[in-house]
Amino acid sequence: MNLKKIPKKLLLKGGKIFDPTLDKLKKADIIIEKNKIAAIGQKIKDNNASIIDCNGLVITHGFCDVHVHFREPGQEDKETLATGSLAALAGGFTRVCAMPNTSPPLDSPEAINFIVEKSTESPIFIHPIGAVTKDQKGKDLTEIQGMIKEGAVAISDDGLPISDAQVMRLALEYTSMFDIPVINHAEDECLRNNGVMNEGDNSIRLGLKGNPSLSESIMIQRDLELANLVNTKIHVPHVSTSKAISNIKRMKKINPKISAEVTPHHLYFNDQALSNYNTNFKVAPPIRSENDRKALTKGIKDGTIDCVATDHAPHTIEEKEASFDMAPFGMIGLESCFGVINKILDLPINLIIKLITKNPRRIMGFNNNLFEIGSHIELTIVDPNLEWVFNENNIYSKSKNSPFIGETLKGKVLYTLSKGYLADLNTKN
Amino acid sequence: MMKQKHLLGLEHFPADDLAKIIETSFSFKEILDRPIKKVPSLQGKTIVNLFFENSTRTRISFELAQKRLSADTVNFSASSSSLKKGESFKDTVQNIEAMKIDAVVMRHPSPGSSLHLTKYIDSVVINAGDGTHEHPTQAILDMTSLKERFGKIKGLKIGIIGDIAHSRVARSNIYGLNKMGAEVMVCGPPTLVPYDIQSLGVKITHNLDEILDWADAINVLRIQLERMDRGLFPSVREYRNLFGITNERLQKHNKEIVIMHPGPMNRGVEIESAVADGKSAIILDQVLNGVASRMAILYLFLGGNQNES
Repeated sequence: MNLKKIPKKLLLKGGKIFDPTLDKLKKADIIIEKNKIAAIGQKIKDNNASIIDCNGLVITHGFCDVHVHFREPGQEDKETLATGSLAALAGGFTRVCAMPNTSPPLDSPEAINFIVEKSTESPIFIHPIGAVTKDQKGKDLTEIQGMIKEGAVAISDDGLPISDAQVMRLALEYTSMFDIPVINHAEDECLRNNGVMNEGDNSIRLGLKGNPSLSESIMIQRDLELANLVNTKIHVPHVSTSKAISNIKRMKKINPKISAEVTPHHLYFNDQALSNYNTNFKVAPPIRSENDRKALTKGIKDGTIDCVATDHAPHTIEEKEASFDMAPFGMIGLESCFGVINKILDLPINLIIKLITKNPRRIMGFNNNLFEIGSHIELTIVDPNLEWVFNENNIYSKSKNSPFIGETLKGKVLYTLSKGYLADLNTKN
Repeated sequence: MMKQKHLLGLEHFPADDLAKIIETSFSFKEILDRPIKKVPSLQGKTIVNLFFENSTRTRISFELAQKRLSADTVNFSASSSSLKKGESFKDTVQNIEAMKIDAVVMRHPSPGSSLHLTKYIDSVVINAGDGTHEHPTQAILDMTSLKERFGKIKGLKIGIIGDIAHSRVARSNIYGLNKMGAEVMVCGPPTLVPYDIQSLGVKITHNLDEILDWADAINVLRIQLERMDRGLFPSVREYRNLFGITNERLQKHNKEIVIMHPGPMNRGVEIESAVADGKSAIILDQVLNGVASRMAILYLFLGGNQNES
C-alpha cells in the first residue's frame, strides 16, 4: 500500500460512480480540491490536477464496518488503532466501529474518550462502542449517556453474551432514552457448553466439543422479544444460523428497529472447512453447516440481514499456533471482505456495495450523503471484476490469522480516500 | 512400508495397510512367546514417547514394543517437562526433534494434536490418543484380538457400549471395523451417545438387551465418573442398572458374547468382575496383543523392511 496525502487537486477520471443512496451507476468524473468534492460531471478536464484513471472501476462510498476489534488498549501485540486503520484502508473501509472488549474494556466515558482522542489523527474514522455492563461482567450498567457524549455510537459486551435476561432488559430499557443500538453477542453460554465448533457430524468426527445452533437462535429470540417490549434499537451481530435468520425475519415484521449483520466468513465457509483443525477457522459464533450458510445468503437477498460486518478479530501467531481447543476465537477480515462477499454472493455490484456502505451507516446513524458537492472525501474505488489471490502481502493488520490466505477472490479495492489520505492499493508491493 | 507417513487416525487410513498391520501383529506376537523376546529390527532408531496426559497401560505397552524391537527410547511426560516453565508445545517438540530422533509417539488431551505435531516436526508421528478424537493403536490391537478370536473381522457384529461421544477408542474402532468389513452398533444413554454419532457409520441403540442380542463381541468402555458431575448421567447405580455388563444380563441371551475392555476398568460399574474375569473375556489378550500390534506399527512405519534386507 502506498499511503499519502490526497493531492491538492485530484481528478478521478473515467470511472462509474455508484451512490448507494441513489441505487444506480453513472459514468462521471470527480474533481477533488482540498479534500472535498469540488465537482462531478462529464469529461472534466483540469491540467493542474493529479489524475487517477478510473476506467473500468467503480467509485463509491468508503466502506463502513460496524464490528471490528482493534485491541487497544491492552492487547497491542494483536492490533493497534494504527495497524487496524491500515487494515481498514487496505479493505476499502473508511469508517469502523470498535468493540469494547479491550483490556481494560471500554466501559466508561474516560475509556471512550481515550479511543476518540487517540484516533483523531488516524487515516480512518474509528467510532468506539461502549460496554453494556461494567467490566463486561454482565451485571451493572455502564454510564451509557456519558459514553455516548464522549463518542460511543452503540453499546455491546461483544465477545461475552449478556446471559442474564433481566440485565439485557434493563440495558435495552435504559438505552431507549438514546437513539443508539444495543448489540448483544447472542450465544446461550449454558447451551454452548464450551463448544469450540458447530455441533454436528463434523464435531463428532473431529472429537471437538460442539456448539449447537440453538445456543444462538434461542438468545436472539429472547433479545428480540425484549427489544420489542421496551421499543429500543437492537442490532444483532454476526448471525450464523438458519434458525436465527427465521427468528429475525419474523420479529422484523413487527419491529422496524431491528437490524442484523453477517460476516464474510460465515457466508463463505461451512464447518467442513475445519477438518484439518486449522485454528484460523475457530471463531465465535462458529462456522456453521452448509444449510446455515445458504440461509445466511438468502437472508441477505431477502433483506433479513442488513449489512456485512467483518468481526475483524486479530490474534497473534503464537496464540493461534495452539491446539484447536485451546486457541482463541476470531479471524481478521477487513482486507479480504470485499473480494470475499463479491465472489460468494451472487448479487449485482450495487447490492454488494450497499451491504458495506449505506446499510451499516444507516444502522449507526452516520452521514450517507458522501457525493454532495463540498463533502469531505470518504470514497473507495474498486475493480469489481478483478480476480486475485489473497495472500499475506495483502494483510496490513498486525496479526495474520486469516483462513482466506491462498483463496482466489473476486473484486479488489484499488484506492481508499479517507480523512485527507489516499491509500493506493493498485501498486504491486 | 505404509502408504502414509504417520499414524494419526484410522478415518483416512487405507484399508489394505490396516490389514497388513493386523497380519504383521501376529508375526510379532510369536516373538513375545519366545524365551528371548527381542529382535534387532529397529536397532539404531530413536523413538520419543511424549505423554501430555496420564497413561499407564499405553505407555508401558509402547515402551515394551520399542525395547523388544531394539529401538532407543526416551520418555517425556508433561509433569516432568519444561511446559510447566512456560515453554510452548512448538518449542518443546522442535527441541526434541533437533536432537535427531526418528519417531514420536504422542498422547495429548487436545483433539487434532497429532496432526498439529506433524506441522512442526519431520519425524514419524504415532498417535497414542489425541483427546476425544482418535486412538488408532488401541483400535488396531482390538481388531487384532478379534481376528485372533474369530479368525476374521469381516462380517462380525461388534457392539461398543458406554460414553461414545467422548471416546477416542470408539471413534478409531468404528472407522477401523467399518474398513475391515465389520458392522458396528453403539449403546449408551443419549447424553453419551448423541444422534450425530450415526454419521460415523454405526447403528445406535439405548437398550442394552438389543445390542447384546445382536453382537458377536462387545467392547465395554470405561465410564468416566467426572462425566457424572456434568450431569450426563445421574448416578453410578442407575448407569449400572441400565448399561452395566453382568453375567445375569448376558445369560438372558443364550449365546456366547466375547467381552473386550480397553481399560482401565471400573469393576462393578460398567462391567462386573465375574464378567471381566470370565471365560468369554479377552481383556488380557488385548493387553498382550497391544504390545504385538505396537511392534508391528513401529516396524512398518519406521522402515522395518529396509532393516530386514
